[in-house]
Amino acid sequence: MDLVRAHVLVCGGAACVSSGCAEVREALEAEIAAKGIEREIKVVVTGCMGPCDLGPIIVVYPEGVFYCNCTADDAREIVDEHLVKGRIVDRLLYEEPMTSEKVETQEGMTFFKQQERVALRNTGVIDPLVIDEYIARDGYAALGKALAEMTPEEVVDTIKQSGLRGRGGAGFPTGTKWMLTAKAPGSPKYVVCNADEGDPGAFMDRSVLEGDPHSVLEAMTIAGYAVGANQGYIYVRAEYPLAVEHLQHAIGQAREYGLLGKDILGSGFDFDIDLRVGAGAFVCGEETALLASIESRRGEPRPRPPYPAQSGLWGQPTLINNVETYANIAPIILRGSEWFSSMGTEKSRGTKVFALAGKINNTGLVEVPMGTPLRDIIFDIGGGIPNGKKFKAAQTGGPSGGCIPAEHLDTPIDYESLRALGTMMGSGGLIVMDEDTCMVDLAKFFMRFIQDESCGKCAPCRIGTKRMLEILDRITKGEGKEGDVELLVELGKEIIDTAMCGLGQSAPNPVLSTIRYFRDEYDAHIRDKKCPAGVCVAFKHYSIDPELCKGCGMCRRSCPAGAISGEVKKPHVIDVDKCIKCGACATACPFDAISLQ
Amino acid sequence: MGDVTLTIDGRQVTVPEGTSVLEAAAQAGVNIPSLCYLKDINEIGSCRVCVVEIEGARALAASCVTPAANGMVVHTNTKRVREARRAVLELIISNHPFECLTCVRSGSCELQDLAEAMGIREIRFEGEKAQHAVDESTPSIVRDPDKCILCRRCVSVCEKVQGVSALGLAGRGFDSVVSPAAELPLNDVACALCGQCVLVCPTGALSEVDSTGAVWEALGDPSKHVVVQTAPAIRVALGEEFGAVPGSIVTGQMVAALRALGFDKVFDTNFTADLTILEEGNELLKRLSEGGKLPMITSCSPGWIKFIEHFYPDMLEHLSTCKSPQQMFGALAKTYYAEKAGIDPKDIFVVSIMPCTAKKFECTRPEMRSSGYQDVDAVLTTRELARMLREIGADPTELEPEEFDAPLGIGTGAAVIFGATGGVMEAALRTVYEVVTEKELESVDFTDVRGFEGIKEAEVDLDGTVVRVAVAHGLGNARKLLDMVKSGEASYEFIEIMACPGGCIGGGGQPIGTNTERRLERIEGIYEADKALPLRKSHENPAVKALYEEFLGEPLGEKSHELLHTHYTPRGRWHWSK
Repeated sequence: MDLVRAHVLVCGGAACVSSGCAEVREALEAEIAAKGIEREIKVVVTGCMGPCDLGPIIVVYPEGVFYCNCTADDAREIVDEHLVKGRIVDRLLYEEPMTSEKVETQEGMTFFKQQERVALRNTGVIDPLVIDEYIARDGYAALGKALAEMTPEEVVDTIKQSGLRGRGGAGFPTGTKWMLTAKAPGSPKYVVCNADEGDPGAFMDRSVLEGDPHSVLEAMTIAGYAVGANQGYIYVRAEYPLAVEHLQHAIGQAREYGLLGKDILGSGFDFDIDLRVGAGAFVCGEETALLASIESRRGEPRPRPPYPAQSGLWGQPTLINNVETYANIAPIILRGSEWFSSMGTEKSRGTKVFALAGKINNTGLVEVPMGTPLRDIIFDIGGGIPNGKKFKAAQTGGPSGGCIPAEHLDTPIDYESLRALGTMMGSGGLIVMDEDTCMVDLAKFFMRFIQDESCGKCAPCRIGTKRMLEILDRITKGEGKEGDVELLVELGKEIIDTAMCGLGQSAPNPVLSTIRYFRDEYDAHIRDKKCPAGVCVAFKHYSIDPELCKGCGMCRRSCPAGAISGEVKKPHVIDVDKCIKCGACATACPFDAISLQ
Repeated sequence: MGDVTLTIDGRQVTVPEGTSVLEAAAQAGVNIPSLCYLKDINEIGSCRVCVVEIEGARALAASCVTPAANGMVVHTNTKRVREARRAVLELIISNHPFECLTCVRSGSCELQDLAEAMGIREIRFEGEKAQHAVDESTPSIVRDPDKCILCRRCVSVCEKVQGVSALGLAGRGFDSVVSPAAELPLNDVACALCGQCVLVCPTGALSEVDSTGAVWEALGDPSKHVVVQTAPAIRVALGEEFGAVPGSIVTGQMVAALRALGFDKVFDTNFTADLTILEEGNELLKRLSEGGKLPMITSCSPGWIKFIEHFYPDMLEHLSTCKSPQQMFGALAKTYYAEKAGIDPKDIFVVSIMPCTAKKFECTRPEMRSSGYQDVDAVLTTRELARMLREIGADPTELEPEEFDAPLGIGTGAAVIFGATGGVMEAALRTVYEVVTEKELESVDFTDVRGFEGIKEAEVDLDGTVVRVAVAHGLGNARKLLDMVKSGEASYEFIEIMACPGGCIGGGGQPIGTNTERRLERIEGIYEADKALPLRKSHENPAVKALYEEFLGEPLGEKSHELLHTHYTPRGRWHWSK
């Protein structure tokens, strides 16, 4: 192996793939070859680094210089300037959104400074296709420790004592789940990884699978040893092709290295893992629906009890955790439960990955200790709200969660505090809204999602979410009636109380939570026929500015409803009653004289 | 498994571990309303009507799927519970057509009953209703998915009890719909048309194809000579439609009621049931002596026939070639009877009263035209007959009993028991024993083949020759038995199979509300009716003897072959006519 003087990391996460990182990498490699320094420089394509709106990203080590939004030309410039001449390319550096200061290194960026990366320890650092890079970062050392030095009971105890709770939604204590599965009578047992991440905007599991697949394989094998299972399944959604590819590759490598299969590390313990690819149903993230889908049945939940720990896959005791939960396992085994439980709050130990999205400067993945105030995540790590707009609320927990308004910005985020605010941790989606967001429209968005994704098995979810959506729809269309909000609250309450599974039982949360904090916006839509945020089209009209209109007639000819009239070379007018608000006129107008107000 | 003790509405109750809260409550005298629940068949907790409050639980629990646990404290009658049930019911009704007045299930609809019981007076959650096409593709069953509440009882009974799985779910969420695979018409998939789905449907989403119009038309046509035959199972079930205790025998009243409807002759399928025994018994003896295909399997049940044609087309040779009693009757009505009565067969209209939806299909089979005409013109289920009777205000439980017409109305007790599982076998054994041994049976009761066990076995000693027989009822049991025969795991000479659980008394055309308890009560009625008859062996039926003397010659003779025997058609699992 050559000794290299610089490592150049190119982020190969799915977002960077979309923004063209392959082209950037090719340019980088071609230029390096052209300069004849390929023996000195090593290019590594990593998993997701986190700040997705900055991609394609190039990081040059040993200095750790962080270049963002790179094109192929930029890549060539980085080679010529930085790698050949040793001069940092200033214009490609990251600029702090709050202070407008340029920052040279990754470590210096506020985005990274406050993070504590446990689950994401390797993503964005190693090449996920090379098992040796994982091993070089202590990979499979935890498995070795568990198999050689610990009894299965000790493994379960360590996880219990760490205080780790399920990162997929409800926050059930992971160690207890392991213990229940270990103690459940019956053989064979199974270990399942829920990689059916489906919350809109949440992609931490994808990131781990793409960027650090071995961390999941290692954890599942440890889990298999702990609960007495010899077979694992990863249920991964088909919409994650790169994750599927990397997992398959990693499973092959692990088998080759004897880290999966018979007699792992000479311990006598056998364990293997297979993939099951989901067909795109959100509800298959619910554990019993997921198990049904693995069994080739219609992906829909069944009543619990019995819980999977007693009767799961094919009726056998089954341990099921999600990706991020597994990603925490190896460090806990290696560094001990005390190290893990020293982070976070009393009831929520460790760290949590959040997916920042919406009206926020730095979108992407961040991992922080539990208990970090929302304000720090949004304004420090996230870099605040763009364009000087005001923060309105943050949605956590995706379509099952709720919103947190400005007055609760200082709440330390953990399972309990979020629940108290009427929302939930969920998988860690965090969508930021500014003053331009209509909260009724937001509630409608999530309700439409849930209603689309309801499996249809139980009546309250199947019909109730449809009815809630219909009510929200009429409110945003200016057809809301007195009593609609009360009806939403009642329906929501009954759906929560009667639905079969977690999807239905949490489906009304976004509606109830926006009613709780932004009732006035609902009332404005219903009573004043106004959308305070100016979002709902029903309350707006297209109008022609007579000052700007030249009377060219383009708008009149483009209108499918015949709503525009006017004489040639004189300002035209729109008949609001006939207008269907399609916007064709505004597009057609060459003088920007038509706007929605 | 031990017992658990819990408290329901303040009452302590001890039940075996694994009992649902709903069942435990029933034992404590608390009846929890439910809708999708069907004991042992559909326990999926999908409708959420049976929710209860369990102390310590965050949400309400569906009592039908929640196992009772030690120390559990359950409340079934709190404001929270009542409001939740009402809300759920209102939601279900909000997606249901308001066609109760014109619905075939008006008066026997569980959704209607629940709405009434809960005093639903308005639906606060109005909105879009599901819209799907009505499936009228089969001659037996109509599916109207808009009336479906997605309780999935039909899906469960078809899969778990019948082992057919003709129905499943398509679509998701609000667009979910119960449907055959790939949303094909029911006629294009492997459906036995047994109608068990109709029996369990709580609403009008599944019903029989209505033939009352055609029958009224014929009855009103002076050029038609309309004769009717009644299957053995009708006489112990029709009374239920008019409030009689399940299992009540209303044979004579039924005859009077049919006369009141205007039928020219009221005959009995029992006549051809006895005839079937003579033909089938001789066929068995022939196969036994000449090395024919064994085991021989009965062929009376058209749902069973369609099932084997779809799922075991390679085993059709095992089937007796005998037509079902209904079809033997039809063929003879338009030949033997036509000749005897001097009526042109084209003017004879044969109506069957059957406990069965598959019979509607059977009579349309191209093989069933031995008379040169469609042998049986129309089939009415027990339910349709009851509707016709209600229309003219005739309540059979209030009528004076009358006698069937001769000669096609004469039958023995052996024919009556065709209505219960094991009955055809027992009737055949009564005759075969006496024919082979030429000895009179000391007791005609072969109790080994009676009862509700899914698969029954017996050995009968025919003077040194031991015949091994088996009986299965319900197509799920039929499948098990066939697989055992196929694999060689079990070996028999003669098998009786009926498509429906309990046999014809549990048929898909029987009164709504048919369940295991009622089936057992009807079976009791059947054996009582058998016992009450002077003649209890088919070969003693004087009318059948006369038929052979005057018309057929001998069992399995040329005329029998032409009129009373048939062949079968291998069918695929589906066909794409769409």
